[in-house]
Amino acid sequence: MYRYDTLDKEFLADRTAEFREQVARRLAGEIPEDKFKPLRLMNGLYLQLHAYMLRIAIPYGSLNPTQLRALAAIGRKYDKGYGHFTTRTNLQFHWIKLKDAPDILDELAAVDMHSIQTSGNCIRNVTSDPYAGATADELDDPRVWSEAIRQWSMLHPEFAFLPRKFKFAVTASAKDRTAAKAHDIGLMVRRARDGTLGFEVIVGGGMGRTPFIGPTIREFLPANRLFSYLEAILRVYNRHGRRDNSYKARIKILVSALGREEFARQVEDEFEKIGVAGDLPDIEIARIRGAFAPKNFDVLVNRSEAYEAAVATDPAFARFARNNLKPHKRAGYTIVEISLKGIGDTPGDATSEQMEAVADLAERYGQDDIRVTHEQNLVLPHVKLDDAHSVYLALAKAGLGTPNINLISDIIACPGLDYCALANARAIPIAQDIARRFADQDRAELIGELKIKISGCINACGHHHVGHIGILGVDKKGEEFYQLTLGGSGAEDAAIGKILGPALPADKVTDAIDQLVEVYLRERREGERFLDTFRRTGDAPFKEAVYADAH
Amino acid sequence: MPTLIRRQDNGFVAVDDAFTAVTDEADLPRGDVIISLTRFQAEGDRLLSEGRQVGVRVEPAEEVEALAYDLPRLAVVALAFPKFNDGRAFSSAALLRKRLGFKGEVRAVGDVFLEQAGMMVRCGFDAFEAADGVTPDQWAHVAARHRHVYQRAADARTPAFALRGEA
Repeated sequence: MYRYDTLDKEFLADRTAEFREQVARRLAGEIPEDKFKPLRLMNGLYLQLHAYMLRIAIPYGSLNPTQLRALAAIGRKYDKGYGHFTTRTNLQFHWIKLKDAPDILDELAAVDMHSIQTSGNCIRNVTSDPYAGATADELDDPRVWSEAIRQWSMLHPEFAFLPRKFKFAVTASAKDRTAAKAHDIGLMVRRARDGTLGFEVIVGGGMGRTPFIGPTIREFLPANRLFSYLEAILRVYNRHGRRDNSYKARIKILVSALGREEFARQVEDEFEKIGVAGDLPDIEIARIRGAFAPKNFDVLVNRSEAYEAAVATDPAFARFARNNLKPHKRAGYTIVEISLKGIGDTPGDATSEQMEAVADLAERYGQDDIRVTHEQNLVLPHVKLDDAHSVYLALAKAGLGTPNINLISDIIACPGLDYCALANARAIPIAQDIARRFADQDRAELIGELKIKISGCINACGHHHVGHIGILGVDKKGEEFYQLTLGGSGAEDAAIGKILGPALPADKVTDAIDQLVEVYLRERREGERFLDTFRRTGDAPFKEAVYADAH
Repeated sequence: MPTLIRRQDNGFVAVDDAFTAVTDEADLPRGDVIISLTRFQAEGDRLLSEGRQVGVRVEPAEEVEALAYDLPRLAVVALAFPKFNDGRAFSSAALLRKRLGFKGEVRAVGDVFLEQAGMMVRCGFDAFEAADGVTPDQWAHVAARHRHVYQRAADARTPAFALRGEA
């Protein structure tokens, strides 16, 4: 993975010193809260319902064991012994004191980590494919471009006070594990017929109260022109994005108001004027690429006798293997997904002990590599099949053996009303209740891939618009109600879900999910996922099942 | 006479502001003035022919390109921050310097917040009507907090990638 050089380290040291000074001035009353707010937000510090929340960037979801241990230590020392992994592959601590924040940033800087631009109206943490470097179907390593974007966006002097927040996703695989089309900018690596590397550029996707699947504004951008093109997009947005209403300030609103063609024309026009002045030299890309050079994989055969024997004798492992192990590009290796969706637990939460257990496993069996997924799980991308059973046993011992990746209990949920000042309704208890209802793993596997995503308010941090089943918390005269949307997807077949009908009270949500599942099991044809069946049948049978009592 | 923080020889000094900012409704005083873009378009030629120095105040929604042909005649372009977090003036300043080649003073006016000093300087601002009695020393301190930068901008600083290339 990328290692900070002296320049990166000094940059970070200066940044933490700067924030220490800003906090001191705030605590001394020299900066009023309204002016301090964007400064603390640009360092990931939110004021929430009960305390400050600190959001730490995990650039493109990539961590080494030292970093994960440092996060565990911070969780123990400054929080309540756990942290929360988010849909932007960041880590949040929810119980932070303002006066501790600078010390925490110093501890992070010591392991090359930061919280820069994890909030505020600026370029946020870049997300990428958690299987980068491990999956066979990628055209390039998307981490190379993600790291280059991370550096380019750090304290960019022109684009630090944008109309609204700005999120990038980069993927190089046909199977999109980044929700690229739901980002302000989604970059999909492409190869031209002559072999030239480039990007399909998607702009103006997003969730929130006006969800959009982003349109493609450029089918093929040569990779060496990327940064001039990004400068053009950001400049058009910074100058012309709306600033009169924060709900209409995202780039998706500008793209939609101008139309894809006109927006693309303005970007191309600006791109032409910039010329090559914004390009990053090839030598710098090559330097970054060097940091992601392929690992030293052993030459193995496809079949692992140890693995086969364990599958045959340990049914719990066999189940884990079916659901949580994914194919690796190298023979004899596997990608291990670690579910942070233990039945009845808070989605995305990990205790300090669990983080340390994962760090140990990455060191012992996983080439020091750990990833965070936007679906709030962890990944050990490079594990030998021979070691998979040992890894599983250690995970299970740490309470991390839940075999439910992509199944109905692998739910995305925002922190909701339990933590968040913006929320209308709780999200976590709904997720926990659904997971408990479908705790029978045989039934969960019978149902197969089903992505439930829950947001506690219209800001859609839980990505409900792109859930196969989305659940949105709404406030009805002071009571929590939940609106269901069906048919969304954040993957390569991206779509915004459709509202099924009137919102339901909290105690009816899990029953409704059960009814939807029953309809699917009744209607499905060979090989169809829930999403496929829904797309074929339309919402009529589902609607009827959920709202039958109302008629 | 009100004072202004100005960049000078890589440092920052307090200087008297020789210009009077004039609203569209007000009568024009004698001497050097800063007027709105609208007023400049109506009266700019006449004022310049009187031999005085003229500056133009550009609001965030106005495009600096509108001044492209007038820039050699202007002493000051004042870019307005109605609120400190309205970031459009950063793009305006960068365009004035990098694309339009403006050599005169680019002044930050309005809600000019000390903590943004570094970014303003990088985008090409060189004069600041800073709020709250901020001193040139404070301005210099904040503007110099970072030893390294990651991007090319309107200033002369060498970005990290170029320093690495030299190493």
